[in-house]
Amino acid sequence: MRPETLESTKRAVNYTPYHPRWYRPRVSVYWWLGEWHYLKFILRELSSVFVAVTVIETLMLIRALRSGPDAYARFLECMRNPWVVLLNVVSLFFVLFHTITWFNLAPSAMPVRMAGKRVPDALVAAPSYVAWLVISVFVAWLVLR
Amino acid sequence: MAKQSDEAFFWVLFSAGGVVAALLIPIHLFLFGLAIPLGVVHAPDYEQLLALLRMPLVRIYLFVLCTLPLFHWAHRFRFTLYDGLKVKHLNEIIFVLCYGGALVGSIVAAYLLWNVP
Repeated sequence: MRPETLESTKRAVNYTPYHPRWYRPRVSVYWWLGEWHYLKFILRELSSVFVAVTVIETLMLIRALRSGPDAYARFLECMRNPWVVLLNVVSLFFVLFHTITWFNLAPSAMPVRMAGKRVPDALVAAPSYVAWLVISVFVAWLVLR
Repeated sequence: MAKQSDEAFFWVLFSAGGVVAALLIPIHLFLFGLAIPLGVVHAPDYEQLLALLRMPLVRIYLFVLCTLPLFHWAHRFRFTLYDGLKVKHLNEIIFVLCYGGALVGSIVAAYLLWNVP
């Protein structure tokens, strides 16, 4: 081909560099049932639902206290309903699960170094547990004395 | 500068709510959800609880106890729906239902705790 023809041919075609399509495998909606630690992750996230359940029960208690002693007695009766007891037992499990997983994540979220060496995870998580115990005892004392 | 995402704001609420929930929710649930109704411990009488509820410090404490864990739930549940059920295409309605729900709960808490007769 003559050089002029070659040049005009090159200008006529717009070349782009070759790039393959990104590989995006389709993920099933049930991916989290595949492995135990996936399920554990989802259960940990769902613990937030039971935290919200506790908040709602607390709001109901406050409303009952504002309404009078009969309302308070009715609230306690409601809490004695077997289905509510079951809900609260399940909620307690999940709420404790939240607390334990939350405290145990602290050393990973904020690695503590002293004198160049990494402080052991248990030592970083321990103060949270101590604070939890102290606060819980204080609240129980305040309510039950 | 590139447009900043608002995610950090909601994440802070999630984080603060998570701490409050971890420290305080278990004892409250144990006491008022199980131990007192089922008679494991003696039920505090009404007057004593009402006296506690009247204290401003207690009402502020209860407001924090109710609102921050609700926003913790909102954020966590929103992302559980995105990742768990893969419904990111519904993100606007999920956003409104989650944070809106937490906001409604916060308003109810403020209304109940504003003053106690």
